[in-house]
Amino acid sequence: MDAAVERTGMYLQRVPKACGGKLPHALVTTAKYDWIIVPPQRTWEHFSHQADIGIRGTGATLSEAFEQAACALTAVITDPDGVRATRAVEIRCEARDPELLLVDWLNAIVYEMAVQHLLFSRFEVRTDGHRLSGCAWGEAIDIPRHQPAVEVKGATLTELKVAQDDGGRWIAQCIVDV
Amino acid sequence: MDLSRFERVTDNEWRINPVGAMRVPGIIYADADLIRGMDDKVYEQITNVATLPGIIKASYAMPDAHWGYGFPIGGVAAFDAAQGGVVSAGGVGFDISCGVRSLTTGLTRSDIETHKDSLADVLFAAIPAGLGSTGTIRLNDRGMQAMLTGGARWAVSQGYGYQDDLQYIEEYGCMAGALAEEVSQQAKRRQRDEMGTLGSGNHYLEVQQVIEIYDRNAARAFALHENDIVVSIHCGSRGLGHQIGTEFLKSMAIAAHQYGIELPDRELACAPINSPLGESYLGAMRAGINCALANRQILTHLARRAFERILPRAELSVLYDVSHNTCKQEEHVVDGKPMRLFVHRKGATRALGPGHADLPEAFRESGQPVLIGGSMGTASYILAGLPQSEQRCFASACHGAGRAMSRRKASKQWHGRQVIDDLSARGILIRSHSYRGVAEEAPGAYKDVDAVVDAAENAGLARKVVKLAPVICVKG
Repeated sequence: MDAAVERTGMYLQRVPKACGGKLPHALVTTAKYDWIIVPPQRTWEHFSHQADIGIRGTGATLSEAFEQAACALTAVITDPDGVRATRAVEIRCEARDPELLLVDWLNAIVYEMAVQHLLFSRFEVRTDGHRLSGCAWGEAIDIPRHQPAVEVKGATLTELKVAQDDGGRWIAQCIVDV
Repeated sequence: MDLSRFERVTDNEWRINPVGAMRVPGIIYADADLIRGMDDKVYEQITNVATLPGIIKASYAMPDAHWGYGFPIGGVAAFDAAQGGVVSAGGVGFDISCGVRSLTTGLTRSDIETHKDSLADVLFAAIPAGLGSTGTIRLNDRGMQAMLTGGARWAVSQGYGYQDDLQYIEEYGCMAGALAEEVSQQAKRRQRDEMGTLGSGNHYLEVQQVIEIYDRNAARAFALHENDIVVSIHCGSRGLGHQIGTEFLKSMAIAAHQYGIELPDRELACAPINSPLGESYLGAMRAGINCALANRQILTHLARRAFERILPRAELSVLYDVSHNTCKQEEHVVDGKPMRLFVHRKGATRALGPGHADLPEAFRESGQPVLIGGSMGTASYILAGLPQSEQRCFASACHGAGRAMSRRKASKQWHGRQVIDDLSARGILIRSHSYRGVAEEAPGAYKDVDAVVDAAENAGLARKVVKLAPVICVKG
């Protein structure tokens, strides 16, 4: 990663400018780059499904849970830490409820990976549960270096859940078909 | 699953009597051990499918059934349009027309023994496999249209293979009723550079050896003899099919309510066959079938070129090509009366019995070849359809070993390098771009394919013809 700096558990990271100007969470912005804060720990996980695989992101906000679910999606294919954030792709979607919105968001990422031959490792999402505008940073797939284990065909509606747990933390999950 | 939840009909047929919203019973064709090993979710999914409008006779599961999404993988269900029957994108799956094609080679094991390594390397170089691999064919709009309506027939017209190949493909290589205009631009874009690619996951191209013959007459009809070398290709409709599945799953999930269909699981997303959305999906899905048939045809061509380089006297001929993720309109006799039904097979193979009019002349006596893929290290089988398979579950049989363990657990339990070394010590060469991919597909992550095939035979779905052992596996 480009000059990642560790400060009080959070990472400051330089990413190419994208998604229509300065990122809302960017601390500093220059002509070519934004500096964003990256959460220190991953808050995504996989859960078992007999033939396919479950992905789950959690976060303090719905947006964070969606970002983490997207990291979990990449991790089905390869280690997200091995994917450099050198290119940005803007993603927008809209759905009637937050659950279908999660499926749309994940499928939009699957689509961009497939048609542009990219892998993504960093995500930023702004959503109210119906509309989403997001950005995915990644790089061109490099088969020897990324050793992609499997291709994700699509996000399914199985085990699909977007909700807050008792402590108010957001969970965004579903099974993806591989 | 707990056997006490079923009524035992025979040792290999277990019934779930209709309760609640179920319109028909659920039936699993498997032995007690296989059922005990199935996830409870399979039970839930079979019974959910049984609630769908217009379902005929029963909601079926094959011996290799496992937890899918919406439908179980290994699920078969037929619907009557006249009774409000539905077509379900989830009931076909994302990989439309995923299937297996087997080729005879005219070679025996001893012919390839000294060339095994170089053959594996040349095949691995020739067959685009795994995520990120692309084919060399680029289709413009007209080419895409012709491919989506022409299937393998289009591929042959472009020089990929021979006219003779077509008679040994379901639908004779071209699915009728495909509507290229119902396939979105996104789906077409996803396919732009994916023609002639294997994909990933459980997809493969394998060089296999006939190690056992169970039915000599049928084996002769399939041109198979002891020690013969066979090539089998397992793959589907690539990005185009995945995108069609993704898009229609969403629109059907949203529209089901408007059509008055109560879904016990959103993944069962469906639309009436006789509805604009149902017709649109059928048109797009059939185009997806043609994409898969064209894809396997191109891969056949690539395999032929690779064999030519190493073993010029090899003659790769199509034995048969079956799809196991489809919905097809077929005629079946139900309670003595012929009906045109829309049969969903998700992880299930069509298995036509002897004498069926849709079979090529060569298989009229033997019944349809039913190609069953195993895991990398175990065995594959070729079965044949039986006269009674029509009465069992609309002439359907299993499609593979079926997973017994999740990918997550498998990748924790095994390391890819070790799996490759272990198999190599047993004379099986694996070629793959990803160790983790190999670990996830480790033979131990699958059910015992022998038990699955025995159950299919004992249940009267199909009969064993030959057993195949892997020699080389190019993993997707």
